[in-house]
Order: sequence, then structure tokens, then C-alpha cells
Amino acid sequence: MTLVEYGDYECPYCGEAYPIVKQIQERMGEQLRFVFRNFPISTAHPHAEFAAEAAEAAAAQDRFWEMHDQLYEHQQRLRVDDLRSYAQAIALDLELFDKELEEHVHADRVHEDFLSGVRSGVNGTPTFFINGVRHDDAYEFETLLAALNGSIGVGG
Amino acid sequence: MQASPLEPGTPAPDFALPSTLDGQLGPGDRSGRPLILVFYPADWSPVCTDQLTLYQEVMPEFEKHDAALFGISVDGRWCHLAFANDRNLRFPLLADFEPKGGVARAYGVYRTQDGTSERALFVIDPAGVVSWSYVSPTEVNPGADGILRALEDLAAKGVAR
Repeated sequence: MTLVEYGDYECPYCGEAYPIVKQIQERMGEQLRFVFRNFPISTAHPHAEFAAEAAEAAAAQDRFWEMHDQLYEHQQRLRVDDLRSYAQAIALDLELFDKELEEHVHADRVHEDFLSGVRSGVNGTPTFFINGVRHDDAYEFETLLAALNGSIGVGG
Repeated sequence: MQASPLEPGTPAPDFALPSTLDGQLGPGDRSGRPLILVFYPADWSPVCTDQLTLYQEVMPEFEKHDAALFGISVDGRWCHLAFANDRNLRFPLLADFEPKGGVARAYGVYRTQDGTSERALFVIDPAGVVSWSYVSPTEVNPGADGILRALEDLAAKGVAR
């Protein structure tokens, strides 16, 4: 069973969805594979692109989820200095982190995520897909869990 | 009575409407390029905002096809200006304000019962013919994938011609 979320680190709705997804993961355990893809809407959220690149920089050091959590737990503070402090908090190699952010090493990856979302019909954030099918219903805990349970055995 | 949107193959009616950019704008000002017309019910309403913000974000992809994009609603030009400034929208928004909804009617996407247009998308080819149209339920953001596919189909046809 795969749950994919297209999200933006500065989007308040994604912030609302964040603890819900955590609860879902806790409830479903190993039955669930959760995939997060970047969908920064810079037009509305000036810090979203850089935050996404920071998460990918952390991924390059095998700390993606730690950074992902930091970003959603501090959504109001996503300036570069803030991103550095999160990198420090999760014990990243800071020199490498700074260099990769400065050179936008992960910008292409973020853009690929964004485009793959656009092409799959993502129209805003967060957008969820359950086993490849877009979940157009609400993303409250019960609704999302029911949708996931409903698609067990339907191809995943 | 429900109008129906202009079908592919129909010549796109020309028009000139007050714009947030440079005076009056219409398809004639962008001829020779593909044109995306985005009819939406109203400035400031939640779905419209997400939809137009998404299009601003996807604009580089539209531009790869040399396409221009106009947003159109029955809101007046001053409302459009405030809205575009607030949401960082850099493509033109056109005011289908007087006669109200005149252009939406010409494209078959006016909702008489609401006094607004449908949430409708048109892709017009460089020769000024409708090559794709789509009407979304008003409350549903149709995203950008349909537009991109239509632009790709257009490019493929251009090569074949």
C-alpha cells in the first residue's frame, strides 16, 4: 500500500495534514509505504522552494525524514538561517549542506517532482494518491484511513 | 438553460477586453502563438486562487510551447489588479465586465443563474481555431495537465502538417 503526498513545506494545509499522516503511519505500520514529493508553489510561498531543496540536501545525507519533520514542525520559520539550524539539529554535515543549498544542487530534483505532480493532475497542496489513484476526498484521519483500508487488495 | 462550450475546430471569437497589463487585450494580440484562455468564476474565491497560482507556477512549461495565457472573469479591472498584485499573478487578467460576461457568452461558458462564467479552459491554436476546451465543475480546480496535453497535441499536429 503506497500513499503519495505532493506537498509544499510552507503551505498551511500541508501543515495540517502532517500530524494526520504521522497518525496514519503509526496506525498502519509496515502495511504502508509513505512517499513525499515536492510541490513548492513559490508564487504563494516564497520560502517553499528553498525548504524543499533543504529536505533534498538532507536526503543526500540520508536524513530526509528528519528534515521533513523539522520543516513541518517549524513551518513559520523557513528562512535560510532557520534551515541551517534544523540541519544542525539533525546533525548534518553543515559545510556540505550549505554548499548544496547555495549551488542549488537539488533544484532539478525538486522541479522534477513538481512536474510529475502537474502531469498526474496535482492541482494544489496537499494532494494525495493512494496506490496511484488521486484521493479527492478530505484528508482528515478517518477519511484518509478509510480510503487506504478500502483500497487494500485493490492492487497494492 | 445550459450553454455548451465552443468545440474544437470552431474559430475562436475575437474580442478586446480591459486587461491588468496593457490596455485592451484579446486573441488578436497573441495571434501566431497558442493561446490559453482560463475562464473562472471570480477573483478571490478559494478555488480560483489555487488554480491561477498553479498556472503562474507552471508558466515556464506553457512558455516552452510559446503559449500565452489570459485569465478572464466578470470582475472589473480594478478588482483584477488588486487580486493579481496580492497573488503575484503576472499573466494578464481580463475584465469581462461590460457587457457583463459578453465574452463568456460568445465562448458558451456563461452561467446565467450565477452571473459568472463557468470554470472553463480553452486552447486556441496559432491560426485562431479552438483546439481544445474543457469545463470543470465550478468547485473543482482542473489543474494544468489537460492544458499541457493540449499544447503537446498542437505541437505534434504542427510537425505533421
